[in-house]
Parts: sequence; C-alpha cells; structure tokens
Amino acid sequence: MTGVEPELVEDLAERAYRVRGRVLEMGASAEGTHLGGSLSAADLLTVLYGAVLRVRPAEPDWPDRDWFVLSKGHAAAALYAVLGEFGFIPADEYQTYARPGSRLAGHPLRGVEGVEFPTGSLGHGLSLATGAAVAARRLRTPARAFVLLGDGELQEGSVWEAVMSAAHQRLDNLVAVVDRNGWQITGRTEECVSLEPLADRWRSFGWAVAEVDGHDIATLLATFARLPDPAGRPTVVLARTAKGRGVPMLEDRKKCHYVKLTPQMYHRASVGLRNRRERQS
Amino acid sequence: VTHTAEETTADAAGTEWARRYEAPSREVCRRALLELAMADPRIMCVDSDVGGLEDLFADLPDQYVNVGIAEANLIGTAAGMAAAGLIPYAHTLSSFAAARACEQIKVDVAGNNLPVRIIATHGGLSAGHYGPTHHAVEDLAILRTMPNLTVVVPADGAEAERAVLATASLPGPVYLRLGRAATPLLYRGPYEFEVGRAVPLADGDDVTLVATGPYPVGMAVLAAELLAGAGIHARVLNMHTVKPLDVEALRRAATQTRGIVTVEDHLVVGGLGGAVCEAVAATSPCPVRRVGVPDRFSDRVGDERDLLTAAGITPEAIASEATAIVSAQP
Repeated sequence: MTGVEPELVEDLAERAYRVRGRVLEMGASAEGTHLGGSLSAADLLTVLYGAVLRVRPAEPDWPDRDWFVLSKGHAAAALYAVLGEFGFIPADEYQTYARPGSRLAGHPLRGVEGVEFPTGSLGHGLSLATGAAVAARRLRTPARAFVLLGDGELQEGSVWEAVMSAAHQRLDNLVAVVDRNGWQITGRTEECVSLEPLADRWRSFGWAVAEVDGHDIATLLATFARLPDPAGRPTVVLARTAKGRGVPMLEDRKKCHYVKLTPQMYHRASVGLRNRRERQS
Repeated sequence: VTHTAEETTADAAGTEWARRYEAPSREVCRRALLELAMADPRIMCVDSDVGGLEDLFADLPDQYVNVGIAEANLIGTAAGMAAAGLIPYAHTLSSFAAARACEQIKVDVAGNNLPVRIIATHGGLSAGHYGPTHHAVEDLAILRTMPNLTVVVPADGAEAERAVLATASLPGPVYLRLGRAATPLLYRGPYEFEVGRAVPLADGDDVTLVATGPYPVGMAVLAAELLAGAGIHARVLNMHTVKPLDVEALRRAATQTRGIVTVEDHLVVGGLGGAVCEAVAATSPCPVRRVGVPDRFSDRVGDERDLLTAAGITPEAIASEATAIVSAQP
C-alpha cells in the first residue's frame, strides 16, 4: 500500500496483539466475555483509535473530536483493551472487568473515558452516530462520526432506518464499519437470516462502499485515509473478519461467541495467540 | 346593559387570550417552538413525517431534519444530536414514541440524560376515530418509569405554550404529551406555571380531584361544581407534570381531605392513578379512586368525547367516586 508507513503498521500490529492478549484475560475472568466478536474487532478498533480517530485521550470531551460508537457493544472487552492501550483509561483497568463495583461491564457504560454512548442493545448505534454527524454539520465542527456494527446486528430493522436517512442527508462525515465475521449465536449469518449481497445492499441505499480485509492493517489505514467520499455519500467499510481471530482454537467457530476460559483453556489460547503472532512477524 | 371601562378592557384581553390559545395545543406549541428556534440556533426540529413542520421551518432549513417514518431512528438520531451539542425537538405521535421507540427513549435519551424534547401528539384517546393503533393510553405508565425524563401533559393551549417555554432550558429530556384536535380552554388569563408543581383550580377540604390532560382536568372542574351542589367541597389539582410528581401537594390533599380521585385519559393501570397511589402510600395513605380507561382493549369507534364517555370518564363518574370516598368517612 502506498502512503502507509511500515513502522505504523508494525506498531499497530503489536498493539492489536496486546489487545488480544488482554481480551483473553477478560475471557478468563469469573464471568467470561464475548470473545469471538471482540477478537474479530480487535484490529479494526486498534486501527481506528491508533491512527484514524481524531481524539485526545487526555481530553476525552474535546469539542472537535471525532465520535465513535461501538454499536456492537458486546465487543466491550476489545474496547476496554484499546482504551487502555491508547491512554483513555488506565492500561490495567481491564483487569477489573465485570467485577462488582468495576466501571467495566459486559457492555460499555457511560462515564468511561472514550465511551460516548452506552451500547449493548443492538441496532441503536447508527442512529446515534447519524445524530452526531448531523450536529457536526450544523455546528460547523470538523468532527466525523464512526460506528462499528456487527454483521448479525444488521438484522435489526432500526439499522436500515438510519441507513436510509443518513444517505438521504448526504452525511459524508459518517462512517459505518461492519465487522463481517459471518457468525451470529445460532450459526452463520447466511444460514440464519442472510445478509448477502451485503455490499450491493448498502450501495443501493446510497452509501459509498469499501470491501476490505478487516485484519489487514495497511489496507485499513489506506481505506480510512481516502475519507470522505468525494461524491458526498456516507461511507461503509465492510470489513471481512474471522470471529475469534488470532486464537486458533477459537477462530471461525460457532462456539467462540461467548466464552469463559478455564485456566487450561486460557493457557492454550495464549500460547496459540503468541505462536500465531511469532509466525506473522 | 352597560359596561364599565374595566370590564371592556378585560373582555378585550379575554378575547385576545382566546384567539391566541383556542387552536389545537400542538399548533400553539409549534408557534412557540419556532420562536425558540429563531432565538437559539442549537434548536433543531426533528420530524418523522408528521406533517406541517416542513412548512413551519421553511425559513430555517438548517434547523429542520426529517428522518422519515422511522420512530426508532427519530429518537436515536435526536439522542446523537443532543449529545453533540444540539437541542432536538423530536416530533411523533404519543403511541409511536412511548411504545415503538420505547427502548431508544430508555437507553439513548433518558439513560444519557440528554436534552431531547419529545413532542408527542395524539395523546390519550384524542386520535378518536383513527382507532386503537393511534390511541396512547399506556404512554404515561411506560414513560414515568424512565429516570431523568420529565413528563408534561398540558391541559389546554395556554398551558401547552407555557410547558414548551418552561421546559426549554431543562438540562434533561422531556416528553410533552399533546392532543390532536382543539380542546376547550381551561384558563382564561395568565397564571403561574411551574414544571412539577400542580395548579390548584378549586379549593375544598372534603375530597381532592387530581387530573391530567385536557378533558380530564375540565371534567374534574365540572365534577367539583356538581359536588358543590350536593354540599361537598372538592379541591381540584391540575397535575400537568406527571413526572416529577408534585408529591407535596398530594400529601397535603391526603391529610387535609378525606381522599383522592384521579382522572386521566389513560389506563387506570400505571398512569397518574398509579403514581398518586405510590406518592401517598408510605407517609399519608388515604383512599384513592381512579377514573380512567379500563384495563382492556377496546375496538369502539368514536370521537374523543364519545370514547371518553364509553370508557367511563365523565364528570358524573368523577363526582360519584368522590361521593363514595366522602360517604365512607362521614
């Protein structure tokens, strides 16, 4: 990829690896976590917070900041690890995940630095981001609004209400990213309520569509660098991902949706993650 | 017949008042909103194809957004706008807000304590012949369970205007429940309106009638007149704010009179009646009788007045319930 610095790619890859390690630790907590969807989103979140979003970790309410909404709120573990990685919250706060009295619930709560909206009930995030994008236009701030959606989440009708209205309003400062890992709880999305042809569907609703490998950091950087759409449309990045990505025993398996790792499983998962990383670098 | 100068002036003022407020409450609110919007560029009119707003805001196109027939997206978008610094007035019908977009109100608006104003028309049975899909007789029960949310039900056009102005600067969310058609004027001149403070419309120490909404409040006033004819002195409170409730006024009513009759164009379950029972139960329990829509679905076709009568919401029914309270404690 032209224009993407190899050092940045390697730095983000290393950070994403750390993020996955922390996600596994949260998976080994007393409550377990949504491991599969957190691991599929780890590279997307790392790239967004590390190189795309205009945000200030020390000043989370900076008025001109970009907005980010984790519409698939069940990927909370990945978000906590990323917020810690980039200094929004203490790097080790993820260790309190799901403990009584912690700020870090199974789905993100308001009040955690870097969390704009509490999410978890699917189908809300694109409307929230649409509102933030409208506000940026109205208030003439440079802010952009990003939202990360699950692919199964696209079965929620309210998503398509927002898809229609955002395109109609030509919100070129709105970016949806779909974590297209292909799975939902009962099985593959295409066997449950099929989403394909997904790119054509978004395109027909008036969005600029980018189809990318959601684990290819250089490609993701190049894709986000091309924003905004010159034709003035909102952009959707359909990111092909693998649920459970990075951990061979979990990857692309139905059962990886919500996992509480036993100590033995955690050990095996960590070793798998490290071996995969060493082979790649 | 001769008029004094003062009477003539009062008549003129009354005529002006009536001219200003005899329109449907929702029209009065729209005028008030337009004035607010002209003064504050953060105010946005968010439409869901309810009709007329597009013309009202023709001169303020940057302050108007139509999300289409999509109530979940209406409320979610308004929440996003409010979080990012705007003051959105989201327009829909009461039932579509409270029932259809309930979760967006809960999670996105009330949950974040955002300054979203939900302007909901067709409250209660005001949709009349439109039928039960358009009636909203459960919205107060649903929405008063939402922490942070202010719930206001103006009793006429004048009160609707005051409610819009009084809630304009609230830091949190507001649900304003309006009717469809014009309703009789309740107030004939200026009065003090404060969010969360009931308006006393008649004084009395025998029994208290607590009402919310245009016809219920008007009927409570008529019921008090019927009761006066029978020697029973009824206090009447217009509980225009259902949340936060005027608990002090209710406790005074509970201790100074023999009981309370609640009146609402809403189910007898969970609305004003339920709220009043909760308010008095712990510290000042008293008999509470609830006049409202019975706890069953109805397919009756009728206009608003007909449906209210069919539901048993009449001045006579209110007087009868009040008499029962007084008779039980002579």
